[in-house]
Amino acid sequence: MDCQLDIFFLEAILNGLLLAGLLALLALGLNLIFGVIDVVWICYAELVMVGMYGINYAYKGGLPFILAALLGILLVAICGAVLHFLVIRPVLDTPPINQLLVTGGVLIFLQAAATMAFGIEFKNLGIRLGSFIFADMSFSWARIITFLIALGGMLVLWLFLSRTFIGTAIRAISQDRQIMPLMGVDSRKLYLITSAIGGGLAGLAAALMVLQYDIYPQIGLQFGPLIFMICVLGGLGNMIGGFIAAFIISQFIAVGSSCFHTEWGYAVAFLFFMVAIFIRPQGLFGSKS
Amino acid sequence: MRVLLRPMSLVGLAAVGLLPVAVHILMPGSEKYYLHLLIQILIWSFIYTGWSLMGRFGLTSLGHGAFTGIGAYATVLLWNLGGITPWIGIPVGIVTATIVGILVGYPCFRFRISGHYFALLTLALTEFVRLCIVGMRDFTGGSLGTQPARAGDGISLVALQFEPNRTLAFYVAFALWVFGLYVWLRVDASMDRYALEAASQDEDAAASVGIDVTRERLKITALSSAMCALGGAIFAQYQMYISPDTIAGLGLSLNMVFASIAGGIWVLLGPTVGAVFTQVLAEGLRVVIQGSATLKNLLGSSALALDQLIYGLLLILFIIYMPNGILGTAQAWWRRRRSKQSP
Repeated sequence: MDCQLDIFFLEAILNGLLLAGLLALLALGLNLIFGVIDVVWICYAELVMVGMYGINYAYKGGLPFILAALLGILLVAICGAVLHFLVIRPVLDTPPINQLLVTGGVLIFLQAAATMAFGIEFKNLGIRLGSFIFADMSFSWARIITFLIALGGMLVLWLFLSRTFIGTAIRAISQDRQIMPLMGVDSRKLYLITSAIGGGLAGLAAALMVLQYDIYPQIGLQFGPLIFMICVLGGLGNMIGGFIAAFIISQFIAVGSSCFHTEWGYAVAFLFFMVAIFIRPQGLFGSKS
Repeated sequence: MRVLLRPMSLVGLAAVGLLPVAVHILMPGSEKYYLHLLIQILIWSFIYTGWSLMGRFGLTSLGHGAFTGIGAYATVLLWNLGGITPWIGIPVGIVTATIVGILVGYPCFRFRISGHYFALLTLALTEFVRLCIVGMRDFTGGSLGTQPARAGDGISLVALQFEPNRTLAFYVAFALWVFGLYVWLRVDASMDRYALEAASQDEDAAASVGIDVTRERLKITALSSAMCALGGAIFAQYQMYISPDTIAGLGLSLNMVFASIAGGIWVLLGPTVGAVFTQVLAEGLRVVIQGSATLKNLLGSSALALDQLIYGLLLILFIIYMPNGILGTAQAWWRRRRSKQSP
């Protein structure tokens, strides 16, 4: 309970900022899927886990890290497309809650599959990047790199959506799902591409997370609820909103954890989320519809 | 309600009630184990039935793990720390869970938070309650869990402890299960059911014919959360051990939703079938794998997750191909067959 406005408090705030980059990247993929296909992938964090295991084994199999990371991104992108093709497409026309629940089945399946295939032990890549010391505050390089690459990833996605033909089509279909197919757009193909991009973003997040976190089958349960909270808080489908929400939530976690126990930081973040949704049901930055 | 008193139903209830005798005669060696399985099924059936009260009206909550957690922990903590009997502790847990349910439910229904948003918001409630339980580790034992202090030899009326006597425990669980079915039928026969069904189809239309949607939904939320809290408390009294993983948290909430859906949320015995299905699947696989040396060598320790793997896969298939669940689909099939036979 020693919460003082000293240099460690500032350190906590800045570390929270670095965490926000990763959370924003995680929320970005989910937001893209929701904005375009109108589906919530409850198993999103489990796709990240698949990517982390993939990168882990590729790296330990002798590949250089960059190559392993690219393979991991490709793997999760394929997973995303397969998920859409096999699981989401059959339930696209049923009540929306079915789509959320069916990916919940995928969540349980992936977790169990990971437990069976890789065991419950914590795995670690063993890459140590050291820390950056500045005025008594230390920041791990892994976090700083994660933050920068997450920002870069978001910039690339924005450029893709605003400057390319397919990106424009994806934005168009997210605005009107009924009209676009009448204009001769193959919505099935666009959904598949969007799912692959969403998966790819999960893969990118996985590549950054293996530098900081241990890998275990239940890691999705640690991050999943946070990601949903950020997406809803920012307004589901609103990517900029998700970005700002990631900063708010990560500050609760970082400052709360530095002053109290870690759980209380998270607990206060969830409480804030619920209250915020009651005040603004459409999310802090969602538009009223 | 009257359905419960029909001859067929009475025979069915008696058959379930006489299961301990059947177990005693058929499996004399492993009586305790089979009774344990039956008790688990009955307690979870009650909890799933409680969830399906909301689920069948389009209120897909991922927050009921919070209510079972509150019921279980309130009862155990009051007994352990204050020496307050579960006879008072359980009502306290139920009231607390109901208040939490209403506090979260009211703004949701008032501001029309539904579908994805409702599911994700209740998911946050589950996480919040789990984190509070873990955070208060000085009292709750954190994620390692805690045990109710045993009174004497473990059977006590004051402490509501009955675990060593499995037959007694079975009838406690049986009474709970029948009570759950009774509540389900009461709701099914009430006017509220039609109001809630109308509201789940079209909220505006329901409101325009004079249904107070918020009020109706709050009523069913209060009932559903109270039932789950009661179920959680009885689970704690039977297991004599609770931890955030076994009685609170997201995994439990998801299991609740899926088992109910697998069984069928629109039919009386659907959640019960869901509980039988999940428990028998897990136990059956365990027995098969333990019994076969080849499978045991092949799977090793990973066999522990096999039931979850199959379960997850089946859920995906259920939601895509059988959204009415096992019992719902079987019932529809049976009706079709009967109508074909007697045109």
